[in-house]
Amino acid sequence: MNTMLKTTTATLALCIASGSVMAQDATITIESWRSEDQAIWDNVLIPAFQESHPGIEVQFTPTAPTEYNAALNARLEGGTAGDLIVCRPFDGSLALFERGQLADISDLEGLSNFPDFARAAWQTDDASATFCVPMASVIHGFIYNADAFAELGLEEPTTVDEFFAVLDAIQEDGTYTPLAIGSADQWEAATMAYTNIGPTYWGGEAGRQALIEGSAAFTDPEYVAPFEVMERWTDYMGRSYQAQGYTDSQNLFTLGRAAIYPTGSWEISGFNAQADFEMGAFPPPVQAAGDTCYISDHTDIGIGMNAATDNPEAARTFLEWVASPEFAELYTNELPGFFSLSNAEFEVEDPLAQEMISWRQECESTIRVAHQILSRGEPNTWNNMWTVSANVFNDAASPEEAAAALQDGLAAWYAPQQN
Amino acid sequence: MSDPTTEHLTTAGKSPASGRKKRRVAGRAHIVVFLAPAVLIYTVFSIYPLVESLRLSLFDGLPDGSAVWNGLGNYATLLFDANWAGQFWNALWNNLILFFIHMVVQNPIGLLLAALLSLAPRFGGTYRTLIFVPTLLSVVIVGFIWELILSPLWGVSETILGGIGLAWLYQPWLGLESSALVTVSLISVWQYVGIPMMLIYAALLSIPDELIDAARVDGLNGWWIFWKVKLPLILPTLGIVAILTYIGNFTASFDLIYSIQGALGAPNYSTDVMGTLLFRTFFGQQLQIGDTYMGATIASMMFFIILIGVSFYLVLVQRRLQRYEM
Amino acid sequence: MTDMTSDSRARSSRAKGLSTKFAVHAVLAGYTLIAIFPVILVVLNSFKNRRGIFTDPLGIPAGETFSMEGYATVLTEGDFLTYFSNSLIVTVSSLFLILLLGAMAAHALAEYRFRLNTFIGIYLILGIMVPIRLGTVAILELMVDLNLVNTLLALILVYTASGLPVAVFILTEFMRTLSRDIKDCARVDGLSEYRIFFEVVVPLIRPVLATVAVFSMIPIWNDLWFPLILASGDATKTVTLGVQQFIGQYTVNWSAVLASLSIAILPVLGLYALFSRQLIAGITSGAVKG
Repeated sequence: MNTMLKTTTATLALCIASGSVMAQDATITIESWRSEDQAIWDNVLIPAFQESHPGIEVQFTPTAPTEYNAALNARLEGGTAGDLIVCRPFDGSLALFERGQLADISDLEGLSNFPDFARAAWQTDDASATFCVPMASVIHGFIYNADAFAELGLEEPTTVDEFFAVLDAIQEDGTYTPLAIGSADQWEAATMAYTNIGPTYWGGEAGRQALIEGSAAFTDPEYVAPFEVMERWTDYMGRSYQAQGYTDSQNLFTLGRAAIYPTGSWEISGFNAQADFEMGAFPPPVQAAGDTCYISDHTDIGIGMNAATDNPEAARTFLEWVASPEFAELYTNELPGFFSLSNAEFEVEDPLAQEMISWRQECESTIRVAHQILSRGEPNTWNNMWTVSANVFNDAASPEEAAAALQDGLAAWYAPQQN
Repeated sequence: MSDPTTEHLTTAGKSPASGRKKRRVAGRAHIVVFLAPAVLIYTVFSIYPLVESLRLSLFDGLPDGSAVWNGLGNYATLLFDANWAGQFWNALWNNLILFFIHMVVQNPIGLLLAALLSLAPRFGGTYRTLIFVPTLLSVVIVGFIWELILSPLWGVSETILGGIGLAWLYQPWLGLESSALVTVSLISVWQYVGIPMMLIYAALLSIPDELIDAARVDGLNGWWIFWKVKLPLILPTLGIVAILTYIGNFTASFDLIYSIQGALGAPNYSTDVMGTLLFRTFFGQQLQIGDTYMGATIASMMFFIILIGVSFYLVLVQRRLQRYEM
Repeated sequence: MTDMTSDSRARSSRAKGLSTKFAVHAVLAGYTLIAIFPVILVVLNSFKNRRGIFTDPLGIPAGETFSMEGYATVLTEGDFLTYFSNSLIVTVSSLFLILLLGAMAAHALAEYRFRLNTFIGIYLILGIMVPIRLGTVAILELMVDLNLVNTLLALILVYTASGLPVAVFILTEFMRTLSRDIKDCARVDGLSEYRIFFEVVVPLIRPVLATVAVFSMIPIWNDLWFPLILASGDATKTVTLGVQQFIGQYTVNWSAVLASLSIAILPVLGLYALFSRQLIAGITSGAVKG
């Protein structure tokens, strides 16, 4: 009897002890499409988190971008998805929230560290609920081979005419392919060409909102103009660019064989590692000297909580940390080119990243035109934009035809565009 | 998931032998033993999940994730809605081109190689093993290799063409609307030619020597023996090859196209097939949200299209076999 | 390995004269070159540094361009040994089940007449007509219920289920062509139906089993999807998934990418060589000629 009692008490004590440990000890996993960032998460970000939060294990388990949406959907439906989910902006994640798969985290304290425009990417349309903590935006523009520019005596172009003059000069010299971009993978044509230079023509946010309101159409001249410029680019792209894919372009540029790379800032860390020449960057050239410049400063990546997580406490703790100034600084400097959206002030160390983030002061910011609201229906405007932008490059569609295809697709389901 | 099949099996086991050829067998329990494990695993882990998915084609999704009965509405949308029908017919057409190319390129090459191998040349085993190597590779590898070889940047295909004085022939085949589908098909042929080759080879080897010797005694030469004796005997195998090609064309070819040309079947949907259309509809793509219901509808259509092909084959083969028996 | 299948045929082809022989070898050697050139290209370039890969893709790695950095990265960054053994366990177990259960079912369909024969025959091949991937969510839910997520058994069950239709289809077709006399003979001798299957039929279909094994092996070894959904944990990751994630992580580092591809190619070749020998053994034993 006595022994039995002792055993029971011991067991009980053990239970209580382990129970209290359990409350703190949790393993949370992060779903992401950023396979490239594995090392940074494992070696820098997670250790930094654990320093202040011992007892919470964090695992970063990315899936390749081509499989991410599909794999994540399946895991969410099947109930095996990670505790934290890296979110694509706007409509992509909004649907997950509406289905009850992403948790409402509106009451997270750290959210106050972000400006309204950053939170807007992961809120319901009426801004009543927030479902992801903004992590970073990416800025579009052009990265160039500074050694090549020096060698050929070229300056950063600021107007479209100067831009083409520079391309002509590089072409004439013949050492370098002027523009490192191809159309094989299609998305670069939409991302690094159309929505990169487009805001200059449609006036950034004003033009984007006009499409959402239905007061402008893709067939209006200011939305056709970027396609016309893209058509002119093809003379300066690599030979057989139709079969040139994304990694081809990256290699072409980092091996020093191309002079200008139409880009997104996420390339910076990869390029720093691979290129053995000096690089510079300039924002999309303006139409006439003195015009306002516009950049695509795209809220690209956030992180939310799986509504079905077993560890909501730990997950929220982690999200609070992601919203903190500490994370903002770490992330921005470990992954130069992913610019934290936080209000926190800190020094950006990488020179190229510094250059690109400085455009926020000189130019007007906007986001990619198809991402908010306009890609909610079928046919999907962003998918359409990939195809038609590549078509313009491939000479399979004229700028007018490309714009008409975008407009037809949108008008097929979007009420404000149906009058 | 258990009941219907088990029931069938028990009835099958107890039912008196029917059909023209009765076997002299005492009990019939062994039939159940032979069939049950396969039927069970297959039903639980293949049929049940597929039925679960396909039945969704009769429903429509609401934003909050619940579903409402939609009858054949999704099918009507797929076939008659301007946006969906265009994609559907384009994808189906591309699948048929893909099938055609495999039938006129892959299978004849497979037959030729098998026929040559069956002559038992020196190093036959080595040839056979090496030719089969591409079939063993994953599409991740195959896609990567061929993109590299055909890439203008790497210049391998251009250098090789230049070596035989044909550099002017070089085109960015994978990037042109006119040639992308044919190019991907040929890559697929390159990868899978080993399958018809091996099947036909095995069939050729199983032809009894006596038949061939008899033909030889009759004075037929090698070519005639092949055409008059061997080919008719391996017709059932060629039938299997054809039907496997037909099915693989809808299922296996997807992975290669997805890996090389992306989910949108670039350029300009010229390589979009049922598989890619299905995948991006079902699971989503970038900002396009996965639509389980339309995805299930496309999958069901694909199922019906394959079923038509397979039934066609089965009817033909069944007829031929019956003729044999009589 | 040379096939010594049939001396008479070999002799007759010798008699054809040199020109035919030459033509045969020209075609086979030519096609062999087409088949393996791309593979050689990958292996060759995996031993070069990035600049070497680009400036001289067709060159032999030597001197300045020679580099093992790709392999160094692969071996330090990925746990490829574990991935290999996972792939091996999954592939071999699934194959065993597919062949055993598939042959049993095919035998029942080809050998016995019973009501529902045709029905079950068609039922068993329905699975080839819809990509199994569509059933993902239901499969995943099933595995969650069975507590099999992140186990290799989950993969084995799915692959067995999805491999059975083709196996049953091919095996049934072949078994129908088997001579009935032998089996009837065995029955007269009083062998049980089970012994007839294992001792008479299985030896007869060995070459076809080897063929089916090879065909079934390919999609299993190379599958990316189900490892990703059902067993993406580090302890259960398969080679193909490991390689794909590795490529995702090192997109621009082609030395490393090509090295990982080369490493992934080797074991499949080994596995194939294994079955290939079985296949030849089956053929040369003369079993099919009976």
